Amino acid sequence: MPSMRGNRHFIRRPHQEKDISACGIIGFINRDGTRVSGDAIIRSIANMHDRGNGLGGGFAAYGIYPEHADAYALHIMYDDERAIAETEALIRNTLETEHAETIPVHPNGTVTEYPEFRRYFCHAPDVEERDADEYMVRLVMRINAKIEGAYVVSSGRNMGAFKGVGFPEDLAEFFCLQEYEAYLWTAHNRFPTNTPGWWGGAHPFTLLDWSIVHNGEISSYGINRRYLESFGYACTLMTDTEVVAYIFDLLVRRHGLSFEQAATVMAPPFWQDIDRMPPDEAAEATALRQTYASAALNGPFAFLFGYNGGLIGLNDRVKLRPLVVAERGDTVYMASEESAIRVVSPDLDTLFYPVAGQPVIARLYSETAEKTSVAHGGTVHGN
Amino acid sequence: MEYYEEPNARVALGLRRPEPGDWYHGYPEYHVERDDDKCIRCLVCVRQCPYDCTFYDPYRHGVYNVHENCVNCRRCEFMCPTSAIRMTKWGAGFRDNDNWKQKTIRTVYKQADSGAVSLTGLGNDREYVSYFDRMVIDASQVTNPSIDPLREPMELRAYIGKKPERHTNPPEVYPNLKAELPVIFAPMSFGAISFNFQRGLAMAAKEAGTYFNTGEGGLHPDLRQYGDHAIVQIASGRFGVSLDYLSNAAACEIKIGQGAKPGIGGHLPGEKVTWDVSRTRMIPEGSDALSPAPQHDIYSIEDLRLLIYGLKEATEYTRPVSVKIAAVHNVAAIASGIVRAGADIVVVDGFRGGTGAAPAVIRDHVGIPVEVALAQVDQRLREEGIRHQASLIAAGGIRSSADVIKGLALGADAFYIGTAAMVAVGCTACQQCHRGRCSWGITTNRPDLAPRLQPEVAAERLTNLLHGWAHEIKEMLGMMGLNSIESLRGNRLKLRGVGMTQVELDTLGIQQAGL
Repeated sequence: MPSMRGNRHFIRRPHQEKDISACGIIGFINRDGTRVSGDAIIRSIANMHDRGNGLGGGFAAYGIYPEHADAYALHIMYDDERAIAETEALIRNTLETEHAETIPVHPNGTVTEYPEFRRYFCHAPDVEERDADEYMVRLVMRINAKIEGAYVVSSGRNMGAFKGVGFPEDLAEFFCLQEYEAYLWTAHNRFPTNTPGWWGGAHPFTLLDWSIVHNGEISSYGINRRYLESFGYACTLMTDTEVVAYIFDLLVRRHGLSFEQAATVMAPPFWQDIDRMPPDEAAEATALRQTYASAALNGPFAFLFGYNGGLIGLNDRVKLRPLVVAERGDTVYMASEESAIRVVSPDLDTLFYPVAGQPVIARLYSETAEKTSVAHGGTVHGN
Repeated sequence: MEYYEEPNARVALGLRRPEPGDWYHGYPEYHVERDDDKCIRCLVCVRQCPYDCTFYDPYRHGVYNVHENCVNCRRCEFMCPTSAIRMTKWGAGFRDNDNWKQKTIRTVYKQADSGAVSLTGLGNDREYVSYFDRMVIDASQVTNPSIDPLREPMELRAYIGKKPERHTNPPEVYPNLKAELPVIFAPMSFGAISFNFQRGLAMAAKEAGTYFNTGEGGLHPDLRQYGDHAIVQIASGRFGVSLDYLSNAAACEIKIGQGAKPGIGGHLPGEKVTWDVSRTRMIPEGSDALSPAPQHDIYSIEDLRLLIYGLKEATEYTRPVSVKIAAVHNVAAIASGIVRAGADIVVVDGFRGGTGAAPAVIRDHVGIPVEVALAQVDQRLREEGIRHQASLIAAGGIRSSADVIKGLALGADAFYIGTAAMVAVGCTACQQCHRGRCSWGITTNRPDLAPRLQPEVAAERLTNLLHGWAHEIKEMLGMMGLNSIESLRGNRLKLRGVGMTQVELDTLGIQQAGL
């Protein structure tokens, strides 16, 4: 392992303060479930090269492990042998491992020093399906918080995240992403203003099969974090994106809200608009805002949220970060820039800029009753 | 008129020391300087002074002062049409001494003169550290854009009361106060303040979409129309409490304590219990209105629960019930108990809070700053996972919109302003509220003094104050890149401390400036 020579640490967080970064994001989903190689997403994110500064990039890919589709795929990065030994002992004691291997990497370009990457395909023993998720979440949090030098990159079924320090196109080559096939890809190009060399700080941020790539700064981070802590979430990474993931987890998995309701919580409608809504709608929006006031995300953001069933894009409620959505056939694209979409799909059926605070939800056809367009509001262009 | 007593002969002749043994008045504190060239003998100052300090001598055709009676309320200075009057301090005072200051010496004289408790009004005036003044606020630069409140929506609306822990279909709904800005007028009772001032508070609260608080003196029948904007208090004297009083209000508040005088009750002297006060408080005219130190049916937390649910039953669970306590040493644990007892709102009143009358020794030495109390209560309720069960109102020491912003970031849902509201209508902080002869007509119901403050004028000035603060709060939110107060509430990353120890920073839950 040439990467682990000397005293370099890739996983220990170098600074204590909140991490600030700006970024480029792109994601697309083939709603019919067709799997494609990483080639398109790499060309897309590379087209937004200047939105990053070489200090972070990453990808999430869904459907890449059909041979282990039922197992939780743990992607873990390590600083040293001790962290590996400690983590693997924990995994041995807590999970049934179906298969384990080193994640193949190919050093190149800006990625010359790196931590060790391994993946484990595991099952949670003797627990119900719903409890298994909770079991895995706790295990992941335990590894991240307690084992120094180990960091869980992703932990969902039949999906994986690949991230690190470098430009995303170099990282894609490093992780050999052309060789993976997925029906849903997201990618991130990072422009951090601090935390150089912190591999864990790159996007996507994940929890089970949920992944988030995010462009923005959550100015409400302070209260979002304290709110989440009262529900037992340990925000260890000091990144905005972490709270977005945990809020999704709290609202959707633990409190049973729909993605639409979760979006209302995160980018709430203004009171002046709620006051004009029909009574039922206003009552629900008021209740959501009152109940989850501390979960509202304030500040400029655009994020893409991926899960096994679909892709969701959301802007802050005054749209202070770019987000454009396009459709071509069964594929829905969401990106920071139109150019990142056109470079892989020059002809589009529709292209629109989502309305501030309104989510765009592109589900797999297998998850929806009808094959309807995701377009809403905003500016709709035929092409 | 009994209030216009002629000065006695000794005073009229300019002989000092009107009473033997009155050493307190032997040393004047202030000097009323009058430019005789400018004075036109209009005698406004004579008519305006309620403290027997100014008189006219027809033999000399001049206006003279009994300077030792002057409290520096500045009413004569304000009213003089030719600016002939200027208040100054009297002479050198006592020999310089940082330990035995003038105030300390005079207090000893006063007590040696009278053998009584030294009373005072308003709030703690001592030089304790102000944590508000040691906290500074964040702003957006480059990585996130600041927002211009003149161009973008900026939300100050606060829902105050219990919230569900999680969303359900259909949603659980609890009664909440809806304030268009998180600033509410503090409890000040009719009796302690004039009817006109309370009416002005009610009118301004309605105009600005917020609330006023009746204090413990009941709700005057003429203010019943403002019930939707009234928080009605149930205090240890139970003055004016009836089913109508409770159910006509927006919320009920159990007063346990007051920041200016934690742990002690109140005493409205019989002479202040006029016919109007008497029917509002439901006590005989001219009788002393005594508020016991504790609520005699609340000797423990389980008793409090009974009263909270008694009020909820009485109002059929349609109103939030608030419990107001003074900020004392273990305030976090007490607040937690109050929330668990069923309160929808907890008011924490800091030691800078005002009072109509309190022993100076208690006002000045008892209780803790609201900043630390607020920070600790918010943190404790979060740690216990019950923060959603009650809203938190901070009171006692809120002077400006900056204090509101800082308090929001520490974790408060809303704020009470009392002294700031009085200052808005003319109070000069002369600390004579307990004497019932406020020269500005604010803390008196004397028929010659109270009309000095007109409700419409008070309402306009109070509305202006709230309007100005709202603008400033919006500017500061926008500057931080936020467009809603709920994203600032409890967001302590927006604060940094200057000139504090690590223990102080940790108590407030904030970081040192520069970090």
